[in-house]
Amino acid sequence: MTTTNSQPVLGIKHPVLEAKHPLLEVRDLRKYFPIRKGFLRKTVGHVRAVDDINFFINEGETLGLVGESGCGKTTASRCILRALEPTSGQMLFRTEDGNVVDLALLNREQLKPLRSQMQMIFQDPYGSLNPRMTLFDIVGEPLLIEGMRNRRQREERVAELLRLVGLRPEFMQRFPHAFSGGQRQRIGIARALAVNPRLVVADEPVSALDVSVQAQTLNLLLDLQKRLHLTYLFVSHNLSVVKHICDRVTVMYVGKIVETATSQALFARPRHPYTAALLAALPVADPRVKTGNVELPGEVASPAHPPSGCYFHPRCTYCIDRCTTEAPAYREITPGHFTACHRADELDLAGMA
Amino acid sequence: MAEALPTASTAELTQTSKAEDRVSVAPNWKLVWWRFRKNKLAVISGILLIFFYIIVLVPGFFATQDPEKTTARLLFIPPQGIGFFLDGHFMSVPALEGQRDPVTLRMKWTIDPEDRIGVRLFAKGFEYEVLGLFKTDVHLFGLSDPGQADGFYLLGTDRLGRDVWSRLMYGTRTSMTVGLIAVILSVVLGVLLGGVSGYFGGVADMIIQRVIEILQSLPTIPIWLAMTAALPRQWPPTKVFFAITIILAFIGWTTLGREVRGRFLSLREEDFVLAAELSGASRFRIITRHMVPAFMSHIIATSTLAIPVMIINETSLSFLGLGIRPPAISWGVLLQEAQNIQTVAQASWLLMPGLAVIIAVLAFNLVGDGLRDAADPYSH
Amino acid sequence: MNHQQPEPLLTIRDLKVHFFMDEGVVRAVDGISLDVYPGQVFGIVGESGCGKSVTMKALLRIVETPGRIVSGEMLLRRPRPDGTVEVVDLAKLDARGAEMREVRGGQIALIPQEPMAAFSPVHTVGSQIIEAIMLHRDVNEREARKMALQQFRDVGIPAPEQRLDEYSWQLSGGLRQRAMIAMALSCNPLVLIADEPTTAVDVTTQAQVLRLLRRLQEERNSAIIFITHDLGVIAQMADYVTVMYLGLVMEQGPVDKIFHEPKHPYTRALLESIPSIHTAPRQDLPTISGSIPHPFNRPAGCPFYPRCTKYMPGVCDQQTPALLPVGEKQLVSCFLYHGQSQEVANMEVTA
Repeated sequence: MTTTNSQPVLGIKHPVLEAKHPLLEVRDLRKYFPIRKGFLRKTVGHVRAVDDINFFINEGETLGLVGESGCGKTTASRCILRALEPTSGQMLFRTEDGNVVDLALLNREQLKPLRSQMQMIFQDPYGSLNPRMTLFDIVGEPLLIEGMRNRRQREERVAELLRLVGLRPEFMQRFPHAFSGGQRQRIGIARALAVNPRLVVADEPVSALDVSVQAQTLNLLLDLQKRLHLTYLFVSHNLSVVKHICDRVTVMYVGKIVETATSQALFARPRHPYTAALLAALPVADPRVKTGNVELPGEVASPAHPPSGCYFHPRCTYCIDRCTTEAPAYREITPGHFTACHRADELDLAGMA
Repeated sequence: MAEALPTASTAELTQTSKAEDRVSVAPNWKLVWWRFRKNKLAVISGILLIFFYIIVLVPGFFATQDPEKTTARLLFIPPQGIGFFLDGHFMSVPALEGQRDPVTLRMKWTIDPEDRIGVRLFAKGFEYEVLGLFKTDVHLFGLSDPGQADGFYLLGTDRLGRDVWSRLMYGTRTSMTVGLIAVILSVVLGVLLGGVSGYFGGVADMIIQRVIEILQSLPTIPIWLAMTAALPRQWPPTKVFFAITIILAFIGWTTLGREVRGRFLSLREEDFVLAAELSGASRFRIITRHMVPAFMSHIIATSTLAIPVMIINETSLSFLGLGIRPPAISWGVLLQEAQNIQTVAQASWLLMPGLAVIIAVLAFNLVGDGLRDAADPYSH
Repeated sequence: MNHQQPEPLLTIRDLKVHFFMDEGVVRAVDGISLDVYPGQVFGIVGESGCGKSVTMKALLRIVETPGRIVSGEMLLRRPRPDGTVEVVDLAKLDARGAEMREVRGGQIALIPQEPMAAFSPVHTVGSQIIEAIMLHRDVNEREARKMALQQFRDVGIPAPEQRLDEYSWQLSGGLRQRAMIAMALSCNPLVLIADEPTTAVDVTTQAQVLRLLRRLQEERNSAIIFITHDLGVIAQMADYVTVMYLGLVMEQGPVDKIFHEPKHPYTRALLESIPSIHTAPRQDLPTISGSIPHPFNRPAGCPFYPRCTKYMPGVCDQQTPALLPVGEKQLVSCFLYHGQSQEVANMEVTA
């Protein structure tokens, strides 16, 4: 069953061909963590958390960054915000005034004014809010750092933000311990939106929430994106959620990108065996559709000792000799659909209906 | 099968009770206080400590005699104790009978419980200074009629005829203050150096860690011996007092420093700290606004538990003659009088300052434990 | 998987587990009943605060203070050495007594959520499994080691001889979970309780673990009680499903009926709110209004009524509906289908 749904999303019909406004473009990004051993702490190797990745996000769209543990998606998202220092590579960001800057090259001083344009929503609703600060302090802190010293002004803005995420402004004086997980996540979203960012990195924003609350939060994120023209980088391991909320999806494995495509294309017809395996492993909430029949052998490779050639080859059903020696190039096989697989052209992989 | 369910309105409808309202706007210290209040033992100990510190403020008010006054005639008077509603007096003490020992020519004093001498509250006695501001001669209690007897010795006198109770009052001031100041200094040093170590890491961390390890591996008593012996003998008691405090602090900060470092290291990884960094917060703001408040209640609890250790340290040092020296008065100095087994056998009331140490240390430990349990976020 | 056996392996009747805190009483489990048959995968699904974990702990009698079992019975039918069957009420046993300890691990085994936390880091995984075997079987260490080896092979751990002598932190997440399953199965329990066994692992590892559990369950015909909040996993694994909310059972039935003919408004709303391949992307998901109330603020009557679109004032907020049959083998507790309250149903049962 194929979908021919070419529903336009937010007015952008074909993201790549009309890539007029990529908000962020990441080129050859690498982040290696040194492994130190011995008394003198000598570097004996590196954990290649992010190993030469390339992707871009268009303004106003939602790019999903998907993968299992150790794939590097969280590391990559933190590098973009400069919470971690990238080892090498470029992170080109189009600022408000239209200039393109490389985030990797800026020093602390130059980065400070740009901070308000990129913000983050965290996974853990309990660890991401300082329990000793009131909602007003938490949501108002970015405003204060920006320079809004007038308390009355901040109160008004915080009230506006709380209303925006569906919380009563009277709650401003309360502390986080008075709120549930879903409500805390809304507070985190309000904080992220305080300074009117253009890019929001959402790091597993619904993974720690109950099922019914996940739906509410996803609806809120969609609603806010429409209202405030936000661009989302949605990091997640949950493919059902990603399919629901993302325009385009990038799949990572052990620090590398294995596939990027529009959400529809990726789920209907994946071009990389790993993506196909992920889709096959997804338990479908319908007892009449049995999934998990194709088992992916072995374990996820370690980013400290990745296999030779294509990192996925030890687990791949379609592996040939070439895969064990030569790393596949990341290339565009159909317009807008990128993958890194030697056999991408010949394989016919099953997707989800 | 599927009916069209309305999408949730974005306004959150939470009906909360009044009690919940109170809790939700309560800052952390209030929550800690509410939890602390439930611990009866800790609260009682706290009240006891407050009482101790009132004595610290005005020891003269609670004393009955001049603590320095020596009277050769009034040596080793046994404790008189106060009786209530006896012999027509509201408060009274038994009279003293003195007999001169024909062999040693020393006065031996005994209590005559039948004959009672009246005692009243807010009596007049020797003059003393209150907090260096003004002089007065009103005391909590004293003889109703000063002419009736030589004096009022609640806990008896020592080998120089000095009133033990009054000296205990003045000793309380010294011992309780030394502990407090030493701990405050330790906390400052510990938070500062531990914080630098934990937050900045790298070379600073390595150096500070090694310093901590070296300091902790030094045997404490010989070090104290060396440091106090190095103090010039001719220094006035107050100078010695401050020097002792600083010495105690310099050795005592290491444990706290390690703990603070550990806290900083773990806090650095917290999401809310990262969120502040991503908002552009300066390092200073992150440390003062986010990290320090996070472990402040724990620091207070640990410090409260460190004070009794300091008190015992000071008492031990002074007992050995290495700390505070006479004529300054502290519990340790008072206990020095009780070093001689003959003295203790004859005048066991000279061990009373030991009881004061025990009560103070117990009270601090109970309060500290109570604070630690109340501040622990995982205990409930 | 024949769950038409006349006698259920495990029967829970009207179980109530309450927590007595300073601030009040939390009725974590407030009267649930269920039957688990041999060879059946029994799924318990619900969100936070529904009581599924507490139910599991009650079965193993490891509910921590201030909680305790207030009323109800948990009947386990187990074979005696002479071939007959005895029925023992786990609620009546001494939680720390020898008999309960024999049940734990021997007749009812647990696969916990966090395999890392479940293994001691200072003992090898092999020694821990051997210890468990020797506690429940009358064998010496050499025989126990052989049995442990066989278990490792059964769960598909490669190079089992070496793995037995490794520590839990040396194993990857997937292998650790398999080792945990091996330990749980080592004494051939009648009932296996899997408490969110795949929440902490990756999607591909989860698929492996689920496949393994299904295979083992078919081979040994043991019953599995599968506790999770993930509706996808339940759909794939369970034969029979119980939906819990705030300590009560909302609906019970064969998995197909629950997913394709849900009766309770909560079940329906839950199924509608999960994004799946059928929902239109980037459209608002239907959600359940409001949020799960704080355990101290449990609504009177039906716990779900404040959020229910089919709420009937004067009925749903007055009494708790009883869990009664609606159709073949499906039970629901909702006044839309029955007029009876729990109290009336209880009276009829005891009459």
